Amino acid sequence: MSGGSLKLRGAVRAILGDNIDTDIIYPGRYLNITDRELTAEHLFELSYPEIRAAIRPGEFIVARRNFGCGSSREQAAAALKFAGVGAVIAGSFARIFYRNCINLGLPAVIAPDAALACAAGDELELDLAAGEIRNVTQDRAIASARLDPRAVELITAGGLIAYLKRKHAA
Amino acid sequence: MGMTLAEKILVRASGRESVAPDEVVVARVDLAMSHENADLVRKSFLEIGRPHVWDPSKIVIIFDHRVPAESERTATTHQAVREFVAAQGIRHFYDVGRGGICHQVLPENGHVRPGMVLVGTDSHTTTHGAFGAFATGIGATEMAGVWTGGTLWFKVPATLRILVEGEFRPWISAKDLILYIIGRLGAAGADYRAVEFDGAAIRRMTVASRMVLANLSMEMGAKVAFTPVDNTLLDWLRARTPEPLEQVAPDPDARYERVLRIDAGEDIWEPQIACPHAVDHVRPLSALGDVPVHQAVLGSCTNGRLEDLAIAARILSGRKVHPRTRLVVIPASQQIYRDAMRLGYLDTLVAAGGMIAPPGCGPCVGVHQGILAAGEACVSSTNRNFIGRMGSKDSQVYLASPAVVAASAVAGKLEHPAAIVKESEPCLVEA
Repeated sequence: MSGGSLKLRGAVRAILGDNIDTDIIYPGRYLNITDRELTAEHLFELSYPEIRAAIRPGEFIVARRNFGCGSSREQAAAALKFAGVGAVIAGSFARIFYRNCINLGLPAVIAPDAALACAAGDELELDLAAGEIRNVTQDRAIASARLDPRAVELITAGGLIAYLKRKHAA
Repeated sequence: MGMTLAEKILVRASGRESVAPDEVVVARVDLAMSHENADLVRKSFLEIGRPHVWDPSKIVIIFDHRVPAESERTATTHQAVREFVAAQGIRHFYDVGRGGICHQVLPENGHVRPGMVLVGTDSHTTTHGAFGAFATGIGATEMAGVWTGGTLWFKVPATLRILVEGEFRPWISAKDLILYIIGRLGAAGADYRAVEFDGAAIRRMTVASRMVLANLSMEMGAKVAFTPVDNTLLDWLRARTPEPLEQVAPDPDARYERVLRIDAGEDIWEPQIACPHAVDHVRPLSALGDVPVHQAVLGSCTNGRLEDLAIAARILSGRKVHPRTRLVVIPASQQIYRDAMRLGYLDTLVAAGGMIAPPGCGPCVGVHQGILAAGEACVSSTNRNFIGRMGSKDSQVYLASPAVVAASAVAGKLEHPAAIVKESEPCLVEA
C-alpha cells in the first residue's frame, strides 16, 4: 500500500442520508470474501448499485449522521476504498467503521453540514491536516473537523499495515 | 474524584494514574477474539510480517457465522484459519461442532472475567460488559495490530448511566427493555460512549438477560456496556472458571455525562418491536396492527440462550406453528443445545413444527439457514433488521423478544404472548 495524500480534490459522487449501515455498504452474504480488492464489486449492492457502477477514482461519498453503523466488517471500508472512493465525508461516523477506514488508509472526514453544503457533482478540495473543505463549484467553505494526529499518521503511511511494517522494520 | 467503570479499567490497563473522557490511552489487551473473519486478520497479520502472534494464550477463535461451511469459499477460509491456529499454537480454538456463537462460547468456557480489556472482531463484543469486561468491537486490520503487539489505543468514553427500577409487567423481558431504550435514544444515542446499567430491576436479572442489554447497546452506538458485577454474576462465573475473580464497580462519586432513569413497570406496558429497517424504529406491539409473518427466528448472540428456548417451549407446548409460518430455532451454543435437549425444549419446539438449526449465527447475517424471499416478513429474536439483512432487500425483519417470536409463530402474525397463553405469567426469568 502506498502512502496517502493529505490534500485531495475530486467530485461528489453521491449524497446519502442518516444511519447508512454496514449492510447497505457491504451485504453480510459476501463476508467470506477475504481478498480486499474483490470486495469493491459488492459495494452498495442491495440499495445503491448505480453509485458503485458510476464511481470514478478519487470521487467522494458524502452522507449525513452515523455513517457506517452496525457491523465491524472491515469489508465495508475496503469496498469503498477499492471501488476508488477518495474519501468519505459525513456528519458523524459509527466508531468501528471510522477506525476501519483510517486503518485501511481511507480518509473519513467529519463535517456536520457537508450533506447540505454540496450537491452531487460538486468539485471539492480537502485539506485533511488543516481540517478544511472547500466546495470549489459553489465557491464556499464547508466546516469540518481536523483529522486526529494519529489518523493523519496512518493516512500518510497508507494504512495500519504499512505503518506497522515500517515500525517493525525500523 | 470518582471514576466510572470504563475509566477504572482503562486506568489500570494503560498504567496511568487517571484518565478523563476524550483522552486517548494505549491499553494492554487481555483477550482478543475473532470468528470467521480471523482469516482477514490472518492476512493482515502476515502482511505486517511478524513471525509470531504476541501471546497465543490470549487469542480465542470461534467459528460461528457460517457453520458448517455453506460454500467452498467459506470452507477454504475455515481451512486457512485452522492451519494458522495450529502453526501459531493458538489453543483456544472452537471449530465447527465444538462451540457455537462466539459471544456465548467465550463466557461459557470461562474466558471472560471482570476488569478485563477484551476486543473482538465483531460489533456485538459489547456483550461481555455483562461480565464486567471493557469489551468492544474492532476491525480485522486493527486486530492484526493487536495480534502483533497486544495493545490498542482507545479514546476514553464518557459514560451514560441507565438506572432501571420497578417491576416488569407480565411477558416483558430484557429484550423489550433494551429495544425501548434504543427507541428513545436512537441509533447514535450512545455513540462512542460507555453505558452502565444498574438498578434493582437489573440486579434481579439472570446473567443471560443482562447479556441481552450489553449486546444490543451496540445498536445505539455504545463502545462498551456494563451490567453490575454482583453475586449473581460471580456465582455464574465461579461455576465456569477457577481463576480469581474481582468485584469491579464504578466509584459512588463517578462523573456521568447523563443519567437516565426508567421504571420498568411504568414505562414499558407491552412488548416492544423494532420495525423495518432500523433497530431504533421501535413501536409498541399494539401500534402495529395485523402483520403476517412468514418466518420466525429464535436464536442469535442476543436471544438464543436457555431461558429464551424455555419460554418459547412454554408458549409452543401443545400448539402448532401456523401453516403460513416457518419457525427456525438456533441454540446459541452446543452447551445450550444439549441442555435444551435434556430439558425437553427442543422436542416441544420440533413437535410444534419448528426446525432446529446448528448452533451459530444462522440467518441473522443473511448467509444461510432461513433466507427470506422478496415480500416476506420475519419476526426475529436477533439484533439487526437492516435492509436485506436476512435475504431479499424487499423482505422485512421485525425484532422482538423470544416470547413474541414464539407467540407470533403460533398466530402466523405478530402476536402478544398473552393472546396465546391465557394465564398471565411473568416472562422475566429472575436470577
